[in-house]
Amino acid sequence: MLKKKEQFMRLIFLFSACTSIIAVFLICIFLFANGIPAMSKIGVFNFLLGKNWKPSNALFGILPMILGSIYVTAGAILIGVPIGVLTAMYLSLFCPKKLYRLIKPAIELLAGIPSVVYGFFGLVVLVPFIRNYIGGNGSVMLTASILLGMMILPTIINVSESAIRAVPSNYYEGGRALGASHERSAFFVILPAAKSGVFASIVLGVGRAIGETMAVIMVAGNQARMPKGLLKGVRTLTANIVIEMGYAADLHREALIATAVVLFIFILIINLSFSLLNRKSI
Amino acid sequence: MEKFKITDLDLYYGTFKALIKVNLTIEANQITAFIGPSGCGKSTLLKSLNRMNDLIEGCRIDGNVLLDGEDIYGNIDVNLLRKRVGMVFQKPNPFPMSIYDNVAYGPRTHGIHSKIKLDEIVETSLRNAAIWDELKDRLKKSALGISGGQQQRLCIARALAVQPEVLLMDEPTSALDPISTSKIEDLISELKERYTIIIVTHNMQQAVRISDKTAFFLLGQVIEYDTTENIFSNPRQKETEDYITGRFG
Repeated sequence: MLKKKEQFMRLIFLFSACTSIIAVFLICIFLFANGIPAMSKIGVFNFLLGKNWKPSNALFGILPMILGSIYVTAGAILIGVPIGVLTAMYLSLFCPKKLYRLIKPAIELLAGIPSVVYGFFGLVVLVPFIRNYIGGNGSVMLTASILLGMMILPTIINVSESAIRAVPSNYYEGGRALGASHERSAFFVILPAAKSGVFASIVLGVGRAIGETMAVIMVAGNQARMPKGLLKGVRTLTANIVIEMGYAADLHREALIATAVVLFIFILIINLSFSLLNRKSI
Repeated sequence: MEKFKITDLDLYYGTFKALIKVNLTIEANQITAFIGPSGCGKSTLLKSLNRMNDLIEGCRIDGNVLLDGEDIYGNIDVNLLRKRVGMVFQKPNPFPMSIYDNVAYGPRTHGIHSKIKLDEIVETSLRNAAIWDELKDRLKKSALGISGGQQQRLCIARALAVQPEVLLMDEPTSALDPISTSKIEDLISELKERYTIIIVTHNMQQAVRISDKTAFFLLGQVIEYDTTENIFSNPRQKETEDYITGRFG
């Protein structure tokens, strides 16, 4: 009787464990089954490297969007990584306890804000600010990068902070015993020792930035053309899918799914490098 | 010549009194061993000689510690004090960087950046720590890839690289195998010509083998302090005798 119960429970556990794998598997099948034929119809080369996206003329080149995603993400990293890593250093090694109790929940809150709210903030605050003080019409690559930079901060801060805290204290003591100041030990012993964790946080940040959709659509301008500069509008892969999915049909629709395939492969590469980094840190 | 003069030193961790009225004079260019059972305060006293206890929250000190006549708890630069009084820890703690960078870390901290000078310091320090021949071909490799005994000698080299006057060693061989231990003991004996060495050890044979003077600690107090020979062959206090004959501890 007990044996049967045990076997039954084991099946339930196995099934639960498999659920997420099945989900990923199904998404994979759906994406590739719909996307690959479209790619071959358009031509892989024309699809990935084509500079024109004009569905009405049957031109399906997504290079502008690929570059758009990469540029916006790079901008977000440029803004988010220095601020995020330095914040993590401050929180783990310099911050007085009282202030920590204030900052930490604030960062956690930042992580919990829905992206559409970020988008609204961008639309109401950042877009007019850029338009009035820097140039362009406001809905430009720079705005999207700044907003995304803010959005990836919690990821970078939290992951980096735990990496920095995980550095054994005997490294720090070794540094201090050689006559290095607290600051020098922090930046030249602890930070290098936490390197792989900090890189992992950056990779996760890239993943978050490249997959972000709603906030970007609201501030990026979304023109489907080759990116022309920081103060010009830009369209990302995610934006491309969401904006046109509502009315697309036939090959156009399949081309959008193929866009998702490209995005999926991007994320796959990012996750792979994340797990490689993690393995190295152990 | 006296290097350290410790007078009436009391040390508290919060409300716990870890050292009680310690009076010790430590001679230059000698090896002084601190022995005693766990928790007797010997490591605590060692750490108060380069003020590593400052890093422990709630640690408070009364009394005087003079280094060459200068009060190290007075108005001095702690980082310069730690440059003069180097430390080797119980567990080898090389930084997770290359062997070269480990040794160069100290000199760089104290403002030496010339490549030629650093190369020279790294080589001399590793030679002085008797590990140059083993490591010279892998200076750019990670310090975490060498054996525990080599790591500990690397840590000694790293401490020597800032040209200290005193070396504090907190049970430097307790995590090592017998062969590495004997290498490090030989090294310590060689180093005493140029450095004042204070070593905390649980291993009484080690104290006998290498030290000139020995202080026996019990419950935060120095029970007896004398030449190593006298302590081990002719102890004056009953507690010391009980400890070294293995009746407790």
